[in-house]
Amino acid sequence: MKCFSRYLPYLFRPPSTILSSTCHTEADIISTVEFNSSGELLATGDKGGRVVVFQREQESKSQPQRRGEYNVYSTFQSHEPEFDYLKSLEIEEKINKIKWLPQQNAAYFLLSTNDKTVKLWKISERDKRPEGYNLKDEDGRIRNPSTITSLRVPVLQPMDLMVEATARRVFSNAHTYHINSISVNSDLQTYISTDDLRVNLWNLEITDRSFNIVDIKPANMEELTEVITSAEFHPQQCHTFAYSSSKGSIRLCDMRQAALCDKHCKYFEEPEDPSTRSFFSEIISSISDVKFSHNGRYLMTRDYLTVKVWDLQMENKPLETYQVHDYLRGKLCSLYENDCIFDKFECVWNGSDSVIMTGSYNNFFRMFDRNTKRDVTLEASRENSKPRAILKPRKVCVGGKRRKDEISVDSLDFSKKILHTTWHPHENIIAVAATNNLYIFQDKVN
Amino acid sequence: MAGADGDDSLYPIAVLIDELRNEDVQLRLNSIKKLSTIALALGVERTRTELLPFLTDTIYDEDEVLLALAEQLGNFTMLVGGPEYVHCLLPPLESLATVEETVVRDKAVESLRKISQEHSPVDLEVHFEPLVKRLASGDWFTSRTSACGLFSVCYPRVSSTVKAEIRQHFRTLCSDDTPMVRRAAASKLGEFAKVLELDYVKSDIISLFTALASDEQDSVRLLAVEACVSIATLLPQEDLETLVMPTLRQAAEDKSWRVRYMVADKFSELQKAVGPEITKNDLVPAFQNLLKDCEAEVRAAAANKVKEFCENLPEDSREQIIMTHILPCVKELVSDTNQHVKSALASVIMGLSTILGKDNTIEHLLPLFLAQLKDECPEVRLNIISNLDCVNEVIGIRQLSQSLLPAIVELAEDAKWRVRLAIIEYMPLLAGQLGVEFFDEKLNTLCMAWLIDHVYAIREAATCNLMKLVEKFGAEWAQNTIVPKVLGMANDPNYLHRMTTLFCINALSEACGQDITTKQMLPVVLKMSNDQVANVRFNVAKSLQKIGPVLDSNALQSEVKPVLEKLATDTDMDVKYFAQEAISGTAAAKQIIFGILHLTALILPPNPEWTTTHLYSLGMFQVELVLVDQYKAVLGVHSLHHLTVQEGALQPRQAQAV
Repeated sequence: MKCFSRYLPYLFRPPSTILSSTCHTEADIISTVEFNSSGELLATGDKGGRVVVFQREQESKSQPQRRGEYNVYSTFQSHEPEFDYLKSLEIEEKINKIKWLPQQNAAYFLLSTNDKTVKLWKISERDKRPEGYNLKDEDGRIRNPSTITSLRVPVLQPMDLMVEATARRVFSNAHTYHINSISVNSDLQTYISTDDLRVNLWNLEITDRSFNIVDIKPANMEELTEVITSAEFHPQQCHTFAYSSSKGSIRLCDMRQAALCDKHCKYFEEPEDPSTRSFFSEIISSISDVKFSHNGRYLMTRDYLTVKVWDLQMENKPLETYQVHDYLRGKLCSLYENDCIFDKFECVWNGSDSVIMTGSYNNFFRMFDRNTKRDVTLEASRENSKPRAILKPRKVCVGGKRRKDEISVDSLDFSKKILHTTWHPHENIIAVAATNNLYIFQDKVN
Repeated sequence: MAGADGDDSLYPIAVLIDELRNEDVQLRLNSIKKLSTIALALGVERTRTELLPFLTDTIYDEDEVLLALAEQLGNFTMLVGGPEYVHCLLPPLESLATVEETVVRDKAVESLRKISQEHSPVDLEVHFEPLVKRLASGDWFTSRTSACGLFSVCYPRVSSTVKAEIRQHFRTLCSDDTPMVRRAAASKLGEFAKVLELDYVKSDIISLFTALASDEQDSVRLLAVEACVSIATLLPQEDLETLVMPTLRQAAEDKSWRVRYMVADKFSELQKAVGPEITKNDLVPAFQNLLKDCEAEVRAAAANKVKEFCENLPEDSREQIIMTHILPCVKELVSDTNQHVKSALASVIMGLSTILGKDNTIEHLLPLFLAQLKDECPEVRLNIISNLDCVNEVIGIRQLSQSLLPAIVELAEDAKWRVRLAIIEYMPLLAGQLGVEFFDEKLNTLCMAWLIDHVYAIREAATCNLMKLVEKFGAEWAQNTIVPKVLGMANDPNYLHRMTTLFCINALSEACGQDITTKQMLPVVLKMSNDQVANVRFNVAKSLQKIGPVLDSNALQSEVKPVLEKLATDTDMDVKYFAQEAISGTAAAKQIIFGILHLTALILPPNPEWTTTHLYSLGMFQVELVLVDQYKAVLGVHSLHHLTVQEGALQPRQAQAV
């Protein structure tokens, strides 16, 4: 197994269990996955509008190797299917994004959103319960009021730990189009929600109004050539945010300059190579995800075939470009026919911004080491998820001769796609959502 | 309800205590609001040992319950045994000061500040100050933000060693990792500075202020502007230049528009705080820059302050500063590209005329007013019109009337009904300024035209406007100019217009008085009782009920009663209903007037509001006040408790039957 460390400094070992639901219904398909800022909690959202929160097991001295197991902490229904009667539109309950808020007291807070409504959830623990009524006895029977001769004040008694999720705020009625991303500002006071044409700025405490800071809707919708695909706040500079577009460009906006951010302050775009131009060029250049690096120096974008890293100081071309699955370039026609070409893959940084990860088809996901320029393809599947085993790298062969252990492009399963992944903020633990399964892999424990 | 054995006074308290944990939030809320009753019943000892420990742990509840609890605890000192035991209230308030909901936390802090005053100096050091320290060094920023609001209340009353600790804690919070805490510290900086010794203000506060004012977070920097006002008032004039002004100058030119907006928004306060000399040298250019800012929000905020800023300029150089520095900027703003900026300016620009006097107003301001009266944005025109009284005092409104009239006419015919509504509301004001002749000549037709507007809200406002005009110009004017036109509409083919006649009569009868109502309006109303549209007929019944109190009893008996009786047999259900309502209503009105006032008051529920609404429904405005007095007399006889019991039992209909 030594040879794999050639590719990456990390060896991923799956945990003893795969967190997945037993029945395979559409509602169980995981639609987003996100670690909180300490990495102790991991949340997933699914097409059925549910949010499942996992908590990392506390380290125990007797079994140090068990450190890292994530167990279900809380499950709740975040969104319900709705119907917009004015527009005769169904509003899906599918959770599009989850974002954790930094912890502010003993409770945890997260924002979850479907196509139209963002909700702020509080997840809190309760381990005490009041006991003792005046008008009821211990068994709950009503007491005769005439027998009351003294007053009883309830007393709090310990009880089994109960985890409650309560919707603290509902931010609704601000989006005409589908919300594709939400992002919390570093001032911890505001966040943005983004749909196809607009970016709205909210105060986390105010639900009845938001400010529209970007609006790219043309007066005549027939002139529409570009939509917003994703947006994110800078991790440290409270006034900077970036949004990506379906044309493959990224705009950086400075909220200090003006109240409305229709004018960007930086515009990142790579000039198109005329030699590779084809019918699909525009579709595959559409950016499906944009992420600032933790240190705030870089932007990472994912389009259909590549991941690019941009330096905020260089607008004309990306610093690094990584091919995710270049072998699909020849198959774009069939991917267009089965709609796969419109899949929205996300991308993530590791804690130190040195490795990036993104998904592919056939339950494969890719990692790129920015320092060593090594890359690896791994597979999330039940078959090779034996406890304490090490994930074997996979290889897809392009040419005619297929070596042992290689998979031919034609045998890739395009229904098994890994769109959503997340990386623990400080450690080498990753969570990978493969349809209705969540795989949590961990760096090898020595 | 309680039996012979039990103590029947305990039962309601037992219910209240149990409902502290009821599943229904409303019931829990009710119980919390009556917490003092519970505490009173339990006595000080049990309140301290049982109730407060229980409340300390009930932080799981809904925000509104926690908010009520935090508020209650601020008034609990006597219920725990007086100032000697007031520290018992600290634990529950401490736990409330750490919840995530800002309003609850703020209320808990407010209550803590309140009870801090009830601590003896010793208790303050033994109990209160340690709590502040605990909060200030808490793990979560919710507790640290709460701590920021408590320093200033304990600082003046503790020993100098503790004072030094408090200053240290505040300093730490000003450089906290989370912006939430820095914001809380920045917003309390001014308040804390006020209780500090001047030396420490200069040594400690200024450095904190400078640091917060150059924080990386916009939201922190903008709060430092507010602190600037209080700090500047504390410092002697000679120190301002070195200690405060560099920071203020920097804030006025901050990269972030939000910070500059804050400077513009607080400009009058800043101006007062730094005094006339610095205003002349520094603030005038700063204000000019804000008026020319590249962000419209900032310009609008600054434009809003133009009048106040000019008013507060030192008198010796006021006119010169305005004419040479401010007015040129104002002139540019009149043709600003952003309508919010223009309308902000329009709402204050008229105020400049009193400051500049007649000649300058005519020469320099009048062209601006006229330009704004012709602005494309209706809000700008409306704001000018709504402030006409300021100019009237200085140059007289005639100067403006040439341009005023077209502006009014245009607004009156605006396609947006909200704009039309807004101008109607200014009509009484305009009429007062322009005088009756000008009004009759130019505006009367407009007022009448609104009566047949196709939007109901406009017709309604127009009737109300007529009433106000009559109140202003008198009944005689009404009889000559308005009443004939209103009554003429009774024959309009459109039933909506015919109804407008009735609505006008409702509104005007009182202002016009008995004579006009009986002789001119009543015949028209009575005639309309034969209208073919049922809506008109039942509005006749309603009108008769409304104008009943104005009419003399003779007319009521001989003319109104027969018509109402006829309407009461109408084929239409609604007409019947309103006719019957009117009959019982006018009957009650009559009887009250005939002197059984006291009897009615006796059986009316003991709630003056209810009485008032009820009487309004009877159409008896003028007896309302008498009745409230009667009601007070009744209260003197009966105990409050007794009357409360009656409240539910009495239905409005029983009152009408008198």
